[in-house]
Amino acid sequence: MTEMASTNHFLEVKQIESFYGQIQALNGVDLYIDKGEIVTLIGSNGAGKSTTLKSISGQVQPKKGTIHFEGKEIHKNQAHQTALLGIAQVPEGRRIFPRLTVRENLLVGAFAVKDKKAIADRMERVCGYFPRLKERMDQPGGTMSGGEQQMLAMGRALMMKPKLLMLDEPSMGLAPIIVQQIFDIIKELNKEGMTILLVEQNAYQALQIANRGYVIQTGNIVLEGKGSELMTNQLVREAYLA
Amino acid sequence: MLQHIIQLLPQVLVDGITLGFVYAVVAIGYTMVYGILELINFAHGDIFMTGAFIGSGFLFLFISLGLMSSLPALLVFLIVIILSAMITGGMGVAIERVAYRPLRKRNAPKLIALITSIGISFILEDLVRFIAEWKTGNYIVTAPSLFNHTFTIDIHSIMPFFNNAKFQSSFIVVLVVTIIMLIGLDLFVNKTKWGMAMRAVAQDRETASLMTINVNRVISVTFFVGSALGGATGVLFMLQYGTIDPYIGFILGIKAFTAAVLGGIGNIRGAMFGGLMLGLIEMFAAANLSTLTGGLFGSEYKDVFAFIILILVLIFKPEGLFGKATIEKV
Ligand SMILES: Nc1ncnc2c1ncn2[C@@H]1O[C@H](COP(=O)(O)OP(=O)(O)O)[C@@H](O)[C@H]1O
Ligand SMILES: [Mg+2]
Repeated sequence: MTEMASTNHFLEVKQIESFYGQIQALNGVDLYIDKGEIVTLIGSNGAGKSTTLKSISGQVQPKKGTIHFEGKEIHKNQAHQTALLGIAQVPEGRRIFPRLTVRENLLVGAFAVKDKKAIADRMERVCGYFPRLKERMDQPGGTMSGGEQQMLAMGRALMMKPKLLMLDEPSMGLAPIIVQQIFDIIKELNKEGMTILLVEQNAYQALQIANRGYVIQTGNIVLEGKGSELMTNQLVREAYLA
Repeated sequence: MLQHIIQLLPQVLVDGITLGFVYAVVAIGYTMVYGILELINFAHGDIFMTGAFIGSGFLFLFISLGLMSSLPALLVFLIVIILSAMITGGMGVAIERVAYRPLRKRNAPKLIALITSIGISFILEDLVRFIAEWKTGNYIVTAPSLFNHTFTIDIHSIMPFFNNAKFQSSFIVVLVVTIIMLIGLDLFVNKTKWGMAMRAVAQDRETASLMTINVNRVISVTFFVGSALGGATGVLFMLQYGTIDPYIGFILGIKAFTAAVLGGIGNIRGAMFGGLMLGLIEMFAAANLSTLTGGLFGSEYKDVFAFIILILVLIFKPEGLFGKATIEKV
């Protein structure tokens, strides 16, 4: 029944409320993403960006509201079940497995894939995006620089060959030149057809590459619109682009 | 004095290595579960004990069926150890499912899980005691022996400053099987997909689940492997030392846990090394304490000696000899 009620959006989040124990982090978040879009979610620290991603990926189960992906209800899933449906999340702070090698970190992303050939192909593709990883295959993930870890975290997610890629503050703590590289790759991935949900505090760069954006404040979506519209919006300019 | 110590060295090595490998395999069970759940699974020592009893139960069964005389001892041994390992492995999975997982779901504090594991430890001890008394009339059981041929290493004739060392054929069985288990486990953890998943879950459970890994299933696999190895080691212990009771898992468990801490809790190779070291130290102490202290302390103080070593190691290297590489959390 709920299946029928959902609309045709690729991902549709409706009125979700998520909690950490007693603390309510989301007070009814609504958003949707269509296939092929880059959508960005911006907001200041503690606004609920990460919690929104975690609710979609199943790391946090919303107490109220619904989430549909390709028409399927996913808000009751455990994280690995949602991941198997094709949603990959690159977590905030990268969360590389520090004592696994770069190669193993990537292989974890392909855990569900049985076909060795397919795994090798994906590995090659990932190394195409991030040639740096190729030189470091046998190094423990924890010994890499911040930028390299971000690339590894993205590469690991790409090993899942996701339909929807969610990135949580990929530019955090990185030098501008690395940030540029990361954003270039996000654009490239999108050009090749990948749907992307990008969470950023770095609003300017995020809005530049996004088709649409949402602004979240203390657990509520307060604004939504085209990337270019939000960029010129008075509130956004004052709060996030200053 | 030194001469005396040197004389006994060959026997100390034989006994120390046997005991050390037993500690090593049991230590792995503690360290794997700790690595993944940060839980000291006190029941693990009793899984070892249960393995010893299940193994001897099978041996008695085979005797009563008249199979012992018709089958080669090695074959009987293999059947018994594999069956016992499967059963204790299953028990480990069941215990995790029934006792630990519900606590995890509710985010219960770690202390609660620890106390639960102590409770399970008592339950296993009493259950085994009950069954043993019911079946044999006594909870101390003398197991049938399979490999009791005695060999002598005649090292004295080559190097006269050594005494000869003696061992039973079961020593070789214990040695070979524990080494196979240790190498097998090392390969499993480092070279297979499930081993990799286990390491990933140990390092970052949340992120592993984002990468399609079913964390609960990995935890079940961990409990199965650890408990199967623990139970198999119980069978080896039963063959090597002959007499078992429901409380052997307690002391041995604490020592194996000590070995795990010695090697750096959570570190599998560290646990192997810690076990071997502890076995050797303990047997060295058993053979020489009396000589070293001029008769003040006898070999019965060997455990104190082992624990003093542990305390010293922990004072100077709290993360254990091979402590885990630190995890940087951003
Ligand atoms: N693990 C947690 N336990 C308790 N509260 C949390 C936890 N994670 C986040 N929060 C709270 O939830 C709110 C939203 O956090 P988060 O989604 O991480 O914000 P953002 O990603 O936008 O910085 C904040 O008030 C934060 O303090
Ligand atoms: Mg965040």
